[in-house]
Amino acid sequence: MSKSKHDWRENTHGKAVARNPERKPRFESSSGAEVEPLYAPEDLAEWNYHEKLGYPGEYPFTRGVQPTMYRGRLWTMRQYAGFGDAAESNRRYKFLLEQGQTGLSVAFDLPTQIGYDSDAPEAEGEVGKVGVAISSLADMEVLTDGIPLDKITTSMTINSTAPILLALYVAAAKQQGADLSKLGGTLQNDILKEYIARGTYIFPPRPSLRLITDVFAWCKDALPEFNTISISGYHMREAGCTAAQEIAFTYANAIEYVDAAIKAGLEFDAFGGRLAFFWACHSNFLEEVAKFRASRRIWAKLARDRWGSKDPRAQMERFHTQTGGATLTAQQPLTNVVRTTLQAMAAVLGGTQSLHTNSFDEALALPTEEAVELALRTQQVIAYETGVGDTIDPLAGSYVVEALTDRVEAEALAYIQRIDDLGGALAAIEAGFQQREIQDAAFRIQRQTESGERVVVGVNMFTSDDEIHPPTLRVDPAMGKRRAQELAALRARRDNEAVRTALDKIRTAAHTDENMMPLLVEAVEAYTTVGEICGVLREEWGEFHEVMTL
Amino acid sequence: MTAETAPDAAEVPIRVLIAKPGLDGHDRGAKVVARALRDAGMEVTYTGIRQTPDAIAEVALREGVQAVGISILSGAHLELFPRIVAALHARGVDDVLLFAGGIIPPEDMPALRELGFEAFFGPGTNTNDIVTFVRQSAPNLDDAEATARS
Repeated sequence: MSKSKHDWRENTHGKAVARNPERKPRFESSSGAEVEPLYAPEDLAEWNYHEKLGYPGEYPFTRGVQPTMYRGRLWTMRQYAGFGDAAESNRRYKFLLEQGQTGLSVAFDLPTQIGYDSDAPEAEGEVGKVGVAISSLADMEVLTDGIPLDKITTSMTINSTAPILLALYVAAAKQQGADLSKLGGTLQNDILKEYIARGTYIFPPRPSLRLITDVFAWCKDALPEFNTISISGYHMREAGCTAAQEIAFTYANAIEYVDAAIKAGLEFDAFGGRLAFFWACHSNFLEEVAKFRASRRIWAKLARDRWGSKDPRAQMERFHTQTGGATLTAQQPLTNVVRTTLQAMAAVLGGTQSLHTNSFDEALALPTEEAVELALRTQQVIAYETGVGDTIDPLAGSYVVEALTDRVEAEALAYIQRIDDLGGALAAIEAGFQQREIQDAAFRIQRQTESGERVVVGVNMFTSDDEIHPPTLRVDPAMGKRRAQELAALRARRDNEAVRTALDKIRTAAHTDENMMPLLVEAVEAYTTVGEICGVLREEWGEFHEVMTL
Repeated sequence: MTAETAPDAAEVPIRVLIAKPGLDGHDRGAKVVARALRDAGMEVTYTGIRQTPDAIAEVALREGVQAVGISILSGAHLELFPRIVAALHARGVDDVLLFAGGIIPPEDMPALRELGFEAFFGPGTNTNDIVTFVRQSAPNLDDAEATARS
């Protein structure tokens, strides 16, 4: 009988491998670190329970941010949705709410995300395609019609135009008579990762950062329950980076935002509790669970050690998770249901606050209603049938999970240090550092898949010739034209003098440090459009151009 | 590097443009393909994201490419691809191999084939297949052009 892991590896395991080699010479994590055959007490020799884990709802929050976690309240089931025009999306939201979804998540079309109205030449072919087209308050009124904004929370995936869309949401909530101090939701508002991976930037980084700190400062009093930013690793992970890089690049961006806000005169503890995060969940199950746990510990330490936080609310990292879109395959699409289920389970075991499960048809086209419903049912089965939420942080204490949590933490901290050494996230982006790291990782994954070293079921193993094409959703091709007519009518009936005055104030404020938010609310309430506001800011601030790295 | 992707130093490298029209920023596939073609010995120009049809055609003309690969994931292909083809023809870029990648539903492919797109490489494609396709299908340079480049 072996007396230690070392003995076991030398004797029992070593002899077995000599007789019959394992499936591969080396087993690896997403970042290429070696995964050992077994984890045992020796791997946690220096490990201290209170220092590493603590208790749920207490520093360093490794085990979860709430004292009761899913025993008190399940995670929010929040399916990202939106397409076509506001009326069509409003119908999909009502459908999802009727099916038991507990929060909204609005997808905007690309013109809205990049500050073009539906009738702009740049918008041709893109209107209503990947999300809903919102150009003015008239559209926001239709989008939220019959949905009580003070009773639900809404997440908005919007970045360079985030302050304008927030102003629109606030204006619609005011019309409903909602109490703004109770208005809950999350604004993505994370521009730095757009420069790295997602690509919906408009302005150069400096004025973009100013808009973000304006949102932080304004929401502190005006919308105290609203999460002012959702600092996102998701898109960088989708673009190819590893689990540890996902945390590191996201926290490096977070450090940039926090430092900008502190420089603008805000106290960390005054806004730290309104910062939210957004992760991907990919298929390497245990590493993903470890990633979520490590991310909470790292954030709590950053809050205390970097910014001297005294308020536990500002130290707890609350996050949304979406299953990995890039892991979905166009081949044998029904297999994606299984991938998504396993990823969703890992996110729940990792303690997510809200979750989006992808639809199985998303590698082919926009998801159909049936596919979205099945994705939501997946979460409901995990929540109500499996019992995994009945015990808090159920995988804690597993040798492998704790060893992986420590390793992901160490790898992420090393990357954060590298970015600090480059002068911070912004300087590193300008030098193309994160972009290059992500591209290299994506290329490595591609090569591993092509060589068969990495197996993707249905793609490079267990392939089949019968191609199944599930029905796909189409956006009405005449929508662009219809939207253009609606906008022309809006521009004819609104008070254009009020619009001009509002735009002049925004133009002036672009060169002062006056908070932009009240001016944006005033402008959108006069039915000034997203494109008109961005047009003025484009003239004053200029546009950002991609740092080319290939 | 496998045998079929090894560059042949004696040959004039094939010039390829990888372009991203429309407003979507999903450039993972475009960059992976650009790099795989470059590793296979081709001369690759990548436009970056959010390029207009005119800008793409302009680069194709300037770089004298033999093949243009278009990557799009926003769903705007039926509107944008005809404009790209028109912009290429307007500049006299007629003898060029067209292929596409990204999220393109199978039922849209016939219309795009009509426009001249010869192949579609969606998610899960092996980049060696793209390399082989470009090698086999790219039009030959005329003799004067080949001499000028070698």
